[in-house]
Amino acid sequence: MHRLWLRFVALGYLAAILVGPLAIVFWRTFEDGFQPAWDALTSPETIHALKLTLLITAIAVPINTVFGIVCALAIVRRRFPGKGLLNAFIDLPLALSPVVVGLALFLLYGREGWFGGWLEDHGIQVLFALPAMVIATIFVSLPFVAREVVPTLREIGDEQEQAAKTLGASGWQTFWRITLPSIRWAVVYGVILTTARCLGEYGAVAVVSGRIQGKTETATLRVQERYESFDLAGAYAISIVLALMAIAVLVATTVIRPKEANA
Amino acid sequence: MTTFLTLMVMLPIAALLWEATSEGKTTFWEAVSSPAAVASLKLTLVASFVVALMNAVLGTVTAWVLVRDDFRGKTFVNAVIDLPFALPTIVAGLTLLALYGPTSPIGIDVAFTRTAIVLALMFVTLPFVVRTVQPVLQELDPELEEAARSLGASNTTTFRRVVFPNILPGILSGVALAFAKAVGEFGSLVIITGNIPYRTEVSSVYIFGRIESGDSTSAAAVAVVLLALSFVTLLSIGAIRHVATRHDRA
Repeated sequence: MHRLWLRFVALGYLAAILVGPLAIVFWRTFEDGFQPAWDALTSPETIHALKLTLLITAIAVPINTVFGIVCALAIVRRRFPGKGLLNAFIDLPLALSPVVVGLALFLLYGREGWFGGWLEDHGIQVLFALPAMVIATIFVSLPFVAREVVPTLREIGDEQEQAAKTLGASGWQTFWRITLPSIRWAVVYGVILTTARCLGEYGAVAVVSGRIQGKTETATLRVQERYESFDLAGAYAISIVLALMAIAVLVATTVIRPKEANA
Repeated sequence: MTTFLTLMVMLPIAALLWEATSEGKTTFWEAVSSPAAVASLKLTLVASFVVALMNAVLGTVTAWVLVRDDFRGKTFVNAVIDLPFALPTIVAGLTLLALYGPTSPIGIDVAFTRTAIVLALMFVTLPFVVRTVQPVLQELDPELEEAARSLGASNTTTFRRVVFPNILPGILSGVALAFAKAVGEFGSLVIITGNIPYRTEVSSVYIFGRIESGDSTSAAAVAVVLLALSFVTLLSIGAIRHVATRHDRA
């Protein structure tokens, strides 16, 4: 009885908060068939928004992957001044409100900001344009790769790397042939999480993009805009696309996790 | 690498601190203690606290069910837990509104109320406690619990004296993570709360409103308060982990 009751509480909780609402959105979107949802998705502004989201993700993910791996290697394998600071700052993007991130970048690159004046004199548009949106997205998804790679690096130890070095391998050779193969699943897992975060970013981008329709409007901003224009069907349709991407991410992580445990 | 981190993370934060304090201490205080700012901070803290507590209970129950219980579809349920991490927050808000908003098929309409805030925060923080408690429970030998029970301990006593002390660090760090996330949450609240000043306006939404009205000094002042809260929460998570591992080594 005891066990059944707890199961009932846990499943009821998940159904009420998570599964129920999502099911309703799917149902509402396709209530009148596929056509209205399809029409909403293929409007030029929506296509532009989806493309922009993919473009930002395609720029931010590789940068964060390289940074994450380098950062993890530094945290686990090296000693250097400021390591404690690095450790403290690396998690900050996870705990910080995206609006605060957006505001900080706004103040740095805005017209009266530290860099804003110089950038404007040289004709470089950062704020309310692609560069600021990419920077904001990099900021909020910064720690994911490093956080996945750090524990794996700790676990595998550095004996094999030392052995490779004594046998005359260069730093690069050791990295490509010893270190990278043993952390590859952690890297893949981190990349998947980073991608999900980049695709779904809203708060920071909302502040720095200026939300110019057909120019700096990403998919998540488009959802908000459609909702505010009382176009629920449109908002739902884009939401479904984003939700399907999230579900794809979930499937990918579930497939990878057991492999990671075996590696 | 340190340069990249400095450029990407520290410089923007420095600019934020600069803006908040550039017009002197008095201006900073006036911005933080304006009635609307105080109301938003209070609401943010109370809602985040309530949500963190609910997570502590429901997250632990869910983790327990996932580890010790067995039923059909458990793998699916286990995978679904991570959905709030992967789903864009704006979609989360819209999704909740579909079930608990004006067009609710079950007749519950909490849109634009404080209940909606708690609901949205519950959604986005759902995985934290589950995912910090689950691995600890998995490691915990069921024989310990069986031994306690065979020595005559009731279910409640077994949980309180055997299971609970072991999973407490996990619960605490999950709760702290959930709290940090709840304090900064923005995307899921924009649609569902309607952002009514003094009633449903949390601090992140208040900051956004200040930026939009061109008052970046007040926005920066309240943002510094949130930044400080994030730092304190991160530090306490570090402290919890430290104490927990020291306990292991002893």
